Amino acid sequence: MAQKAIVGEKVGMTQVWGNDQRVIPVTVLRVEPARIVQVKTGERDGYSAVQVTYGHQEAKKLNKAEVGHFAKAGVAPGRRLVELRLDSVDGFEVGQEITVETMLAGERVDVTAVSRGKGFAGGMKRHNFAGQGASHGNHKHHRAPGSIGSCSFPGRVFKGLKMAGHMGHEQVTTLNLEVVQADLERGLLLVKGSVPGPNGGVVIVRNAVKAK
Amino acid sequence: MKTTDLVDNQYLRSDLPDLRAGDEVKVHVRVVESGKERIQIFQGNIIAIQGSGVAESYTVRKLSYGVGVERTFPKHSPAVAKVELVHRGEVRRAKLYFLRERTGKAAKIREKRES
Repeated sequence: MAQKAIVGEKVGMTQVWGNDQRVIPVTVLRVEPARIVQVKTGERDGYSAVQVTYGHQEAKKLNKAEVGHFAKAGVAPGRRLVELRLDSVDGFEVGQEITVETMLAGERVDVTAVSRGKGFAGGMKRHNFAGQGASHGNHKHHRAPGSIGSCSFPGRVFKGLKMAGHMGHEQVTTLNLEVVQADLERGLLLVKGSVPGPNGGVVIVRNAVKAK
Repeated sequence: MKTTDLVDNQYLRSDLPDLRAGDEVKVHVRVVESGKERIQIFQGNIIAIQGSGVAESYTVRKLSYGVGVERTFPKHSPAVAKVELVHRGEVRRAKLYFLRERTGKAAKIREKRES
């Protein structure tokens, strides 16, 4: 899995200049210091992870369960509770802070987020179908999927056939992005390339599992 | 204000003249050859300005031995040492792509008289 992970929010994309004076396209992530609220271990919870929170939340916006949960950990309430799955939770304690400095410039990371929802999308958009002709007598079937199966044998449409349906708003992980800059002072992490999800969306950054 | 301003602002250059389409400029480009850096000057007319903010760029066109050469520079690139404004041009549009089909005197841009 991963040895280290942090949680942040996507700010947007822009560009910076590298040492070779070439433009690097980057996604800016805001990474506030994350406070560990709970440490989950294999023996007790069945898997190892740290539950963290970040930012600040007004006390009146919390329900009693949340108040109790934060009070038990002795951690100031934050905006969200996010679980970061890790190989090992050795060295992580409740109350400890995880900062953006966990990630170093030049390191490879994976970024997980919920992608932008596209709603009910047709085959062309959802599965890159080619669609049908614009002319040659075609009538009202320009974006139709075409044939979806055979005749009386098998007499049914196979399960899992690519068809129109809900697209997006699912967990997507982009692998092997390069960290361009980790700025503790401003709480910013710059990764090269694009990241799933809308601006303002929650992203989880962990060290790359398939790094070469 | 853009949300990425806190990253962009440190890269914006303030030492550049106000550039517009039609202007004749000398762009001092840093060229690294065999480890050594020298300055190369690209002089021509700005025929287009694209983009905004940190991603803004401009296209400079010049005639080199009768062949039209165009180069696009990111406005805030550190590879550009200096931009010199030779003179402003009198033009009526933002994109001067029509100059590509013209040669000789027809491809000349009138100098703008500042009053």
